[in-house]
Amino acid sequence: MDGAAHRPGIAAGRLGAAEIAENFGDLHPPLDPHEAAVAADRCYFCHDAPCIAACPTGIDIPLFIRQIATGQPRAAAQTIFEANILGGMCARVCPTETLCEEACVRMTAEERPVEIGRLQRYATDAQMATGRHPFTRAAPTGRRVAVVGAGPAGLACAHRLAMHGHDVVVMDARPKGGGLNEYGIAAYKTVDGFAQAELDWLMAIGGIELRAGVALGRDVTLDGLAGEYDAVFLGMGLGAVNALACEGNDLPGVEDAVDFIARLRQSGDLTALPVGRRVVVIGGGMTAVDAAVQSKLLGAEEVTIVYRRGKPAMSASLYEQDLAASKGVRLIYNARPLHVLGNGRAEAVEFEYTADGPSGLHGTGETFTLAADQVFRAIGQTLVTGPLAGLDLDGRKITVDAAGRTSRRGVWAGGDCASGGADLTVTAVAQGRDAAESIHRALMG
Amino acid sequence: MAEIRSDFVGIKSPNPFWLASAPPTDKEYNVRRAYQAGWGGVVWKTLGLDPHIVNVNGPRYGVVYGADRRVLGLNNIELITDRPLQVNLDEIKAVKRDWPDRALVVSLMVPCEEHCWTEILAKVEDTGADGIELNFGCPHGMSERGMGSAVGQVPDYIEMVTRWCKAATRMPVIVKLTPNITDIRYPARAAKKGGADAVSLINTVSSITSVNLDTFSPEPSIDGKGSHGGYCGPAVKPIALNMVADIARDPETAGLPISGIGGVTTWRDAAEFMALGAGNVQVCTAAMTYGFKVVQEMISGLKLWMDDKGHADLAAFTGRAVPNVTDWQYLNLNYVTKARIDQSACIQCGRCFAACEDTSHQAIAMRVEGGGRVFEVIDAECVACNLCVNVCPVENCITMERLPAGTVDPRTGRVVSDRHEDWRTHPNNPGRVAAE
Repeated sequence: MDGAAHRPGIAAGRLGAAEIAENFGDLHPPLDPHEAAVAADRCYFCHDAPCIAACPTGIDIPLFIRQIATGQPRAAAQTIFEANILGGMCARVCPTETLCEEACVRMTAEERPVEIGRLQRYATDAQMATGRHPFTRAAPTGRRVAVVGAGPAGLACAHRLAMHGHDVVVMDARPKGGGLNEYGIAAYKTVDGFAQAELDWLMAIGGIELRAGVALGRDVTLDGLAGEYDAVFLGMGLGAVNALACEGNDLPGVEDAVDFIARLRQSGDLTALPVGRRVVVIGGGMTAVDAAVQSKLLGAEEVTIVYRRGKPAMSASLYEQDLAASKGVRLIYNARPLHVLGNGRAEAVEFEYTADGPSGLHGTGETFTLAADQVFRAIGQTLVTGPLAGLDLDGRKITVDAAGRTSRRGVWAGGDCASGGADLTVTAVAQGRDAAESIHRALMG
Repeated sequence: MAEIRSDFVGIKSPNPFWLASAPPTDKEYNVRRAYQAGWGGVVWKTLGLDPHIVNVNGPRYGVVYGADRRVLGLNNIELITDRPLQVNLDEIKAVKRDWPDRALVVSLMVPCEEHCWTEILAKVEDTGADGIELNFGCPHGMSERGMGSAVGQVPDYIEMVTRWCKAATRMPVIVKLTPNITDIRYPARAAKKGGADAVSLINTVSSITSVNLDTFSPEPSIDGKGSHGGYCGPAVKPIALNMVADIARDPETAGLPISGIGGVTTWRDAAEFMALGAGNVQVCTAAMTYGFKVVQEMISGLKLWMDDKGHADLAAFTGRAVPNVTDWQYLNLNYVTKARIDQSACIQCGRCFAACEDTSHQAIAMRVEGGGRVFEVIDAECVACNLCVNVCPVENCITMERLPAGTVDPRTGRVVSDRHEDWRTHPNNPGRVAAE
């Protein structure tokens, strides 16, 4: 050890390559065939199973688990992919503890669910290892659809449209497709370049053209797309980050957690990625947890998440909170930032405790200060509405109906940029898929 | 503490758990380990004439698994002992000398010629063994040579050989029966006529456990071919219980001692065999799956159950279930039950609903309530088939409750009577007799 571990400020190389590799290994290692058989045996093959109802994409979970149990994981994968073409990623990143596994009747029976997420990964890995794409396209329809955003919603939509024989052009502002799968999720949830591998595997259906580096509002317009294509699907997610209303917010050392995570995900060598010795993350969602845990795994000595409300209100699940705690992240609830303090760069953050009253959240007047070389803002993201003029918005999102139709004829939307549903990968997949079916009906009707 | 000493046709053992004639009792080393582990007795693996037979040099066993590779059924194509007769006889003598308090019965299988039996009986008698068991049961290999189940399938042969043996030895003669017949009572009656002291059953069931879908060979596969084997283990227990009961309640064989065999895995299995009339039990697959130590669970479990129920000794419960085994025509049609679901125990899996709705009588209703599902029995449709009870993964969540006499069965609209009425007097029975 060369002493880098305790180097003040923001520095790279706090941990050696071996430790980094171990820290960023698979959070949930894949099941081996024996483990999968044991796990699959626990499924009761429920009638009208609660786990299916709890899955936003409605995967027939008991059926795919039975297919694993009877020695046909690739048949299981087919069952999964028919409902959710990003079943591989969802198996890795879904908060199963609040979705399918929470609904598992084994929770009622013995408070230990069938390991649905890991079984889903076992099945999807088995199919993807063959290198073959499991679907074929219908005869070409001659229809062309523009999809804005190559994240989970856009990819699910594009794939389903391609299956139906339409030609799809997917545009994404970033240099690579994948959206949050590629840029926004903790590295230990999707190791070995899985996001890109899944994207390539999905594209193998044919009929999908990916145009990276093309941004709505900069390179193309909604009117332009609507004129050029038979239909448009908007799935570009939330492009802006909520501002932190506190003094010192612009000091060097303060940045958006999503930028840190994206930088980390695209880093070829994590030992070269700088991280603060003392890191403070402000916020209470998955992004806050992902930024905090990864800071810790990079070797930050002290990492603290500070959330303005209480533990139950935190949008990161209890499982994620426990994960953060188990990695050594400290969680402070009911506190809001007052100032980022520092002389020319962030050195500390002063917080005030909060309490929930009849008039909402208010400060109690009691304050405390945390030393911080690096401060991450993770208080939510917001839709960039500029290029969407003419579309009805529901609060801060694009208004859509159950089929994903926006207020503008010929334009559909889904994923984080659209109203309804939790901002989860699996929800985005469901919305993209359902919008594709609606587009297909509209085009062929 | 309950007394589990056993006296089976005069053969005494400290408990009623014997190891059946099978691979675990093939030689001295194994049998000594079995006695050390606590087994009450063993039936030494079947002896035959020299030159000794040979076994295949490939796999001998096939298996049927339950969840998590739990062995539910085992099939074997192993033949009788493949060691010289004298080696076995010497070992039997040595073991019996060192373990005088344990039962040691010797299984025999020789051709159907009287001198073959009388000659080997004299040699076995010389070992000091407690008794012999005539192997008329093995369905594989030896049956092709006119022995084993080939004898057990012909009652006349059973009677003939049993008579020869009874005439030639002072040792108790137990006749081991094959289940690969149509009606077990015929071979049992033949054994009794021949003078058998007891029957033991069941031997293994002819079987193919699986087919290799790559090679299309039955398993176990010997160079791409398979031969039917003998099936045993928990999967055959129901077949064995029925056959034991058939013999126990047949007036022609009533009282004939029975050694119960077939899937005995726990103390409970043993108690069930004995309740149906078996004087003791023989075990094989449980030992082959888990080792000899399982007998400790069997001994302690049986004793505790007997204590709890106030059974002072084995005789106190042996045969107690026999009078309750009857023919269908005598079953009380006025015994009306309905399924009852304990909502506090229900985990909402819906298996009862799927089973009833798809395959039975549409007698379970499912409704959504408070974010969960509620399953309730529709008494007007419930025929009391019990399928929901059987498929429910939660013990005692669904039970069958008897409708008291005087209440109306909503399915039939009839008042439930407390009188016993059965098929014999039912109006739909063309051959009915007048009610008494």
